[in-house]
Amino acid sequence: MTRPQSESEYLARLVPPSVAALSGLSRRTVLKGAVGAAAALGGSGLLSACGGSSSSSSSSSAPAGPPTGTVTWGTNESGTTFAKQFQAEAADFTKKSGVQVEINAVEHNTFQENINNYLQGSPQDVFTWFAGDRMKFFASRGLIGDISDVWPLDGVAESFKTASTGEDGKQYFVPVSYYPWALFYRKSVWAQKGYEVPTTLDELTALAQKMQKDGLTPIAFADKDGWPAMGTFDALDLRINGYQYHIDLMQGKNDWSSPEVRRVFDTWKSLLPYHQSDPLGRTWQEAAQSLQQKKSGMYLLGTFLNEQFPADERDDIDLFTFPVVDTNIGSDAIDAPIDGHCMSAKPKNPDAAKAFLKYLASPDNLAAAYAGTKLPFISANAKADTSAYTDLQKKSAELVTSAKNITQFLDRDTRPDFASTVVIPAFQSFIKNPDDVDSILKSMEEQKKSIFI
Amino acid sequence: MTLTGPKPAARVKRTAEGRPAVPHRRLRRMSAADRVVVTLMVVVPTLFVLLLVVLPALVSVLLSFTRWEGIGGLDTIQWIGLTNYKNIFTIYPPFYPALQHNLIWLVFLFLGPTLLGIVLAVLLDKEVRGSRFYQTALYLPVVLSLALTGFIWQLMYSRDQGLINAVTGWQIDWYGDPRYNLWAVLVATGWQHTGYIMLLYLAGLKSVDPALREAAAVDGASEVSTFFRVILPVMRPINLVVLVVTVINSLRAFDLVWVVNKGRNGLEIIAALVTQNVIGEASRIGFGSALATIMLLISSVFVVIYLNATMREPK
Repeated sequence: MTRPQSESEYLARLVPPSVAALSGLSRRTVLKGAVGAAAALGGSGLLSACGGSSSSSSSSSAPAGPPTGTVTWGTNESGTTFAKQFQAEAADFTKKSGVQVEINAVEHNTFQENINNYLQGSPQDVFTWFAGDRMKFFASRGLIGDISDVWPLDGVAESFKTASTGEDGKQYFVPVSYYPWALFYRKSVWAQKGYEVPTTLDELTALAQKMQKDGLTPIAFADKDGWPAMGTFDALDLRINGYQYHIDLMQGKNDWSSPEVRRVFDTWKSLLPYHQSDPLGRTWQEAAQSLQQKKSGMYLLGTFLNEQFPADERDDIDLFTFPVVDTNIGSDAIDAPIDGHCMSAKPKNPDAAKAFLKYLASPDNLAAAYAGTKLPFISANAKADTSAYTDLQKKSAELVTSAKNITQFLDRDTRPDFASTVVIPAFQSFIKNPDDVDSILKSMEEQKKSIFI
Repeated sequence: MTLTGPKPAARVKRTAEGRPAVPHRRLRRMSAADRVVVTLMVVVPTLFVLLLVVLPALVSVLLSFTRWEGIGGLDTIQWIGLTNYKNIFTIYPPFYPALQHNLIWLVFLFLGPTLLGIVLAVLLDKEVRGSRFYQTALYLPVVLSLALTGFIWQLMYSRDQGLINAVTGWQIDWYGDPRYNLWAVLVATGWQHTGYIMLLYLAGLKSVDPALREAAAVDGASEVSTFFRVILPVMRPINLVVLVVTVINSLRAFDLVWVVNKGRNGLEIIAALVTQNVIGEASRIGFGSALATIMLLISSVFVVIYLNATMREPK
């Protein structure tokens, strides 16, 4: 661990990450977080306020002249490094276009939980959101503005366009960045012990047993917040049943109590002994720290895990994709959630909003964002300058571009109500009692039928 | 001063005529301003109760028979009859654990912290040395919000970084293991509840007429029988308040559980289930309302018992 640079940093360290995580703040920003929380409170006040936002129609034709005035931007980062990145992007856009950007920053989880009220109230012109079903759900209910005329975006791949497209074939989203879910490990530990990257499930199991002999927890694991275990399920389902089956399952078309899904859970069960025990009381931050402290051998998570590593140890992180389970299926599908921005249904300044969205998806934006914060931000734009990328970023980008199919992550690929009220408790009961898998899956299927109507 | 004005006059009259003034004559003497004030005092709170309590409760009950995502106008609400209730009772796994946990919560609060609070109050009433210090120390947790209590106890309970495991060398996952987490949370709640009950009871004990104790002592009653036969019956109103506060606290149980793990994995309680379904991206408004209605019915039982007890109270 690096030494704290200031008193506030030192104080922030005294708070265990589990506590910091509860309020959705990273350890380093816990003090700034107090300010952030205040902003979030103010923000949620704004969220619930229903102002009369009389404005011109959003689906008007493409902007004629250069946009002017002010564009408002609702972001889901407050007091974090990501928030600084957003500020840098806004400042850069203002410099280039002369349009002022007014940011309304809300704490991450608060933003997500209030999205319903937010979008039905008086949302900002542009707001941060996610690609895939989570966007489609709100787009099909008329809460997200059509931005088809912002597309095509130079340098953005066709697969990203698909993820930005609503059920009606129009675009509602601009992708900005993404990150893969993969198995992460410390190069130094693996080199020292002579571990090899496994490419099949058997090799993974053998490696895990070797790690146990060496006194390591093979796979770090945490599911206190309910969503990290979804990553494990996604990886296994994509390897065992393949991309199409997984997507159909997410869309409610496949049966959760089928032998196919059962096989996923059986495989998971066989791997559970190699996972860190008692995951239900642990946050992903704590699990990531066990990897950082060389107590665990690997960890299945997103690239954001490197936030838990001191800056001088981040170069030591490497990743590999989840190994092949079924040779007929292979390993060419991965979870790579895309983050980006949408325009609200009735923006006050649609021209500026669209110009801003176009800017956010451009390579220029990446440079501005990255220069300030050095976050492991992988641009969704293929033309972005990648020379400043770290090895981890380059490898992440390679992994995603080489994947044949990309999924967004369970809670972005299925209905939000199903993910939060059914999947989370079901996965947690499975982790608690892996032998109850039959009744858990039967219950999931019954509940699915009551939700997907 | 219009309200108090007529009173001395009435008293004078009563002594002069040697009989009490007839009540309805006093009423008639209320000025127009009095009547306006009294009417306002009745009507305004009633309106608030109707608007803020009764109406939302009725709407919740109505919504419990629907399917609604909380998006769009009233036309997007679908009537589905009793389906939500059927689903809750048949295919919603967290429901029965939640009922059970709420019940455990009530029984625990009553047998543990409530009784402990009463005992502490009686002890502190004895004016032991440093009683002010104990009083403050025990009451301190009450001024913290339950959410903050959750954070503080997290420092004790954390599996890898918490105090309890560090001191004892155990590896128990206090908040994560469903075998322990309900009890861990109950201890944290109890920590707070004890101080509250203690202060309520202490206030009651201080107001007991010392003459009663002296009389009991003169009659040769022991400390214990003085408490049970003299003090406790005199304290009936306070006892009732303590009972009600305990019931309310156990039904209100929410903040702590929400802070710990959003009411999942061993910490299911009904209030948390309502929130999970209604708030957030999920927005199963109808389903959540059905859960809320069930909670309303359960609390009504206690409300009826309480009202029954207060109404029967002898004047």
